Amino acid sequence: MMRRQAPMSIERLTGLALWRCLIGGLIGGALGFSASAGDAEQGARIYAKCQSCHMVGAEAHNRVGPHLNELFGRKAAGVEGYRYSAELNRAGANGLVWEARTLHLYIENPRGLVTGTRMAFRGIAERQDRDDLIAYLRLFSASPRDIPEAAPTAAVRDPDVDPAILAIEGDPAYGEYLSGECATCHQASGADKGIPSITGWPARDFVTALHAYKNKHRPNPVMQLVATNLSDEEIAALAAFFQGVD
Amino acid sequence: MKMTRRQTLGTALAGATALAAPAVIGAVRPRAVVIGGGAGGATAARYIAKDSKGAIDVTLIEPSRTYYTCFFSNLYIGGFRSLDSIAHSYGKLASNGVNVVHDWATGVDRDAKTVALAGGASVGYDRLVVAPGIDFREGSIPGWDLSAQNAMPHAWKGGSQTELLKAQIESMAPGGVYAMVAPPNPYRCPPGPYERVSMVAHQLKANNPTAKILIFDPKPKFSKQALFQEGWEQHYPGMIEWLDADFTGPVEDVRPATMEIVAGGEVTKVDVCNAIPAQKAGLIAEKAGLTDASGFCPIVPATMQSRMDENVFVLGDATIAGDMPKSGFSANSQAKVAAMHVRAGLTGSKAFPAKYSNTCWSLIETEDGVKVGARYEATEEKIAKTDGFISQTGEDAAMRKQTYEESLGWYAGITADMFG
Repeated sequence: MMRRQAPMSIERLTGLALWRCLIGGLIGGALGFSASAGDAEQGARIYAKCQSCHMVGAEAHNRVGPHLNELFGRKAAGVEGYRYSAELNRAGANGLVWEARTLHLYIENPRGLVTGTRMAFRGIAERQDRDDLIAYLRLFSASPRDIPEAAPTAAVRDPDVDPAILAIEGDPAYGEYLSGECATCHQASGADKGIPSITGWPARDFVTALHAYKNKHRPNPVMQLVATNLSDEEIAALAAFFQGVD
Repeated sequence: MKMTRRQTLGTALAGATALAAPAVIGAVRPRAVVIGGGAGGATAARYIAKDSKGAIDVTLIEPSRTYYTCFFSNLYIGGFRSLDSIAHSYGKLASNGVNVVHDWATGVDRDAKTVALAGGASVGYDRLVVAPGIDFREGSIPGWDLSAQNAMPHAWKGGSQTELLKAQIESMAPGGVYAMVAPPNPYRCPPGPYERVSMVAHQLKANNPTAKILIFDPKPKFSKQALFQEGWEQHYPGMIEWLDADFTGPVEDVRPATMEIVAGGEVTKVDVCNAIPAQKAGLIAEKAGLTDASGFCPIVPATMQSRMDENVFVLGDATIAGDMPKSGFSANSQAKVAAMHVRAGLTGSKAFPAKYSNTCWSLIETEDGVKVGARYEATEEKIAKTDGFISQTGEDAAMRKQTYEESLGWYAGITADMFG
């Protein structure tokens, strides 16, 4: 893939003294494990999409969104003093941690990973762009980031839900029957108290979310267990049913 | 069918709803009768009525007008919930097409397909759902019988017993002893005794910090043991002593008059004795001939039908549900499978393969919640566990708080699912 020269050096962008060593480590990793590492310089350009809300680097502080220093290995909703959405707080308490795998999912489709997030960002569909952006953000975390096979920078398999799964036409009548199981915890009225509401979601978001549980990207073990035992058709049926419930 | 004025209130409301369903005007509707208005019975009645859209005449027989959930009753003892907050009425079920009859079911004639009520009436059925919960095995705690339940409450059924136990704990003398005689397996709510001890400890820590808690346990291990013991060590150091019968010897006698417990030849004087006897299916299941030698009801795993009678379904704590524990969540899960098969049998609606699940949350101390859960499938032989999870020791406070908040959400969800 052809890459243009980044217009500004990482050193000037980040203001970090150690940048050269870090980039060295990163490239070393990329050479040895070429599968997933992104281009941090390219990532710095992509970061322009984020910077109206998020600061990173020296003197970064919370703005519309939380600062992104020390992001890797940080628990979701983990920046002191930043007011997160209830859903992101819940995800963090349930054990969602920011690392390459989870950041890929979140940056690709924020609501796919955390349904009620306030991050009003439509996501970055291009896999390479996400790799690059994550490589850039990785520069600002002091955790052991240069070992590609270890968390938080482990190589990621493609998180996308197979388009064939998204295309399954769900049967809302079957979904209504299956929804009895959901109603034990999720209130049919849509009330959200300790356990989130699942009514009125766009079917696509619903399917993405359940597959995120099935693949253990979303943290809650109750939901992982529920999703693991649902077939693709059953998930589609539930999505079709709940989409129509106000 | 004869009824008193008060009993017919639900019938009148149900009749009005039925008339609103045009497909059944003039038709004789098939009848489903449900005995017991708890997590199994109330859910079954609601789902049969809701999903058949008036095509089935649904009657729920439940003696209490106010139902106190057994789940969360420990949180009431701990002071985290009011009694009102765990009380539920049957008004919404009645206004949603369920004919609610407040009376005791005293017998079932399975040949004539009728249920006899204490008030003298008899109710005919095409399908019967039996969800009576548990009763106690006589003689399982030597020295204890139901006449001793005021001196030594079991508090293993929701309501007045729970209130009594809470009052006794609150009036314990400084430095007094609360003792629990824990039940042998199988029993309602496997983590329940240990959550209860946690909630009693929470109360005592605040109001009577030199008091002690003793657990006389016939079992060598118990549900969520590592989690509870870690929490007791952390929150209530030195207060709780778990006395495993293999070590101390079994309870040989309890003496309600003198508040003594005899175990392993040793007499212990206590201030409160929470005696939880061994259990069996609710009495009506036994009277109906649905139990086996175990005292519980064998069921067909795929449908929740009784092994004794295909026109009868049994739910919840009264059943032998294979790997599923006796819990409100389990009963609610089983009720939906039974409701589907009741409908399929009476109206020809489609029946899908059974799906069963359970999660049990327990509170150890303020915002320190833990959970255990599993999913199950029906095999020929039993309801078999396929997959499960449990909270881990050493989890951080945020995760435990989230687990507790999740349990509050579940309580709101399941009670809405049961009662409408």
